[in-house]
Amino acid sequence: MKVPSVVIGQYIPGDSLLHRLDPRTKILLALAMVVALFTVESPWSYLMLAVLVAAAVLSSRVPVKMVLRGLRPIAFILILTFVLHLFMDPGEELFTIWRLRATHEGLRIGLLTVVRLTLLIMATSLVTLTTSPIVFTDGLERLLNPLRIVGVPAHELAMMMTIALRFIPTLLEETDKIMKAQMARGADFESGGLVNRAKSMIPILVPLFVSAFRRADELAVAMEARCYRGGQGRTRLRQLRFGPADAVVAAATIVYLAAAVVVR
Amino acid sequence: MRRLSEVVIETVDLGYTYMKGTPMARQALHGVNVAIRRGELVAIIGRTGSGKSTLIQHFNGLLRPDEGQIKVMGQDIWSKGVSLRDVRRRVGLVFQYPEHQLFEETVEADISFAPRSMGMTQVQVEEAVREAMRIVNLDYDSLRSRSPFDLSGGQKRRVAIAGVLAMGPEVLVLDEPTAGMDPRGREEVLQEVADLHEKHGYTVVLVSHSMEDVARYAQRLIVMDRGTVVMEGPPHEVFRHRDTLIGIGLGVPQVTDLVHELRGMGHPLPEDVVTLEQAMEVLVPLLAGWPNGHGQGKGQRHGHGCGHGEGQSQGQGQAQGSWDGERV
Repeated sequence: MKVPSVVIGQYIPGDSLLHRLDPRTKILLALAMVVALFTVESPWSYLMLAVLVAAAVLSSRVPVKMVLRGLRPIAFILILTFVLHLFMDPGEELFTIWRLRATHEGLRIGLLTVVRLTLLIMATSLVTLTTSPIVFTDGLERLLNPLRIVGVPAHELAMMMTIALRFIPTLLEETDKIMKAQMARGADFESGGLVNRAKSMIPILVPLFVSAFRRADELAVAMEARCYRGGQGRTRLRQLRFGPADAVVAAATIVYLAAAVVVR
Repeated sequence: MRRLSEVVIETVDLGYTYMKGTPMARQALHGVNVAIRRGELVAIIGRTGSGKSTLIQHFNGLLRPDEGQIKVMGQDIWSKGVSLRDVRRRVGLVFQYPEHQLFEETVEADISFAPRSMGMTQVQVEEAVREAMRIVNLDYDSLRSRSPFDLSGGQKRRVAIAGVLAMGPEVLVLDEPTAGMDPRGREEVLQEVADLHEKHGYTVVLVSHSMEDVARYAQRLIVMDRGTVVMEGPPHEVFRHRDTLIGIGLGVPQVTDLVHELRGMGHPLPEDVVTLEQAMEVLVPLLAGWPNGHGQGKGQRHGHGCGHGEGQSQGQGQAQGSWDGERV
């Protein structure tokens, strides 16, 4: 048994316009896209939005396969939604299987819903595919900052995300080591029933927790030793910059989305 | 003496690549041919990333070679019908910082994990735990029901080593058993490793960074660099190739360096001094002869000290006996 080598945050490095945009621009535009997707109704609007997403995917030079991979977890939901719409919506009869009556309206609404969800997933995963996790959390922190007034711990949330992302590879490596050490002592993680397999995880989980707590403790001390005291007055090595490119892309996208919403 | 001829672990053109088939692929081993014989204490040295740890993980089938073969007791362990569990019982592997693997509530329960996994009976397990704890100098009665997490660093490490010994391996492979320990702890653990080999008849493979340690305890060295074996032989022969060793990021024991310098200055000293004791043996007479030396008497006393050390390194026990006798 092997610990899978996971690519965290599915970020695909690149140098396209989309990669270079400020993370805040990308997050907000994705949000605008989501809003547009849920307000439009006409097929023409959908077509326009689909064209926009397709253009974004192509310009990012991220392999289309990677973008579509985000759809895999919701494939079942997509199919289910389509089938429910097809047979449950009232309207003109299309065909009948057994006692299930498919309708023209059902087909239309089902298809549009599938397109809507597909575009939604594609647009949002394009953001994480073109933004490195660290930059992404940075952008998120800055966006959440105004909410501090109402008590949202923006900096703390972002710091938690950053630390979690930083330690995932470390803990995977640690898991691999501990597994090997226990296998050297005759541990068997692959055979036996569910209960036995769950039990066989104890020799991995206990040392893993012990080491995670030890690391957390060390990290806390190291951060304090460098005078970390939360986000107040903190400066950054890499400043986020909302540049001319961001302004142009944001303006163009907003205009396009507005057009897509009003078109009939 | 022990039979030194039988090969217990052998690799044939062994090669291994991490993350094979991905853009991150990195060849860690290639064309490695080593043989470990029964009853010897072999040390594998090499700088970080030279492939030492990858190599020893092949010895008990934790990694499967991409090229070549790994044979344990003459049998290819990846051929059909070979039980990996049996291989892992025969070749005990102690990882670096083995105390990180502890997980049970009591010392006894933790040490018995391996023998239980290997399917021993309750009686056998208890006997194995007692024996393993005795070998690493842990007191069974006072420690068995303590939590391993409450012990000192040195004791934790001993518990972890006992946890591998308890399954009754024939070969014991230790990856830097003294890493992160204080000088006294190092000395104790190394002495236990030497005892495992000397008194208990284990075949021992020791991975180490310390040239001093391997010079003192190992009968044979395997030097690795960039995933392959570059040198092999008894310490005094290997350490003759001072420049090569320095070139691959290693070195020679400090005393070897010292004697080398002195030879360069024209002093008639032997070339193959690798341990402190050997160095004292040749240097004390030399210093005693110098004009402002402290005379003959002191030199002789140090001479006895040499005998003691040599007894340890070659494990004859005789020299040590006589020295102890004199002390009493």
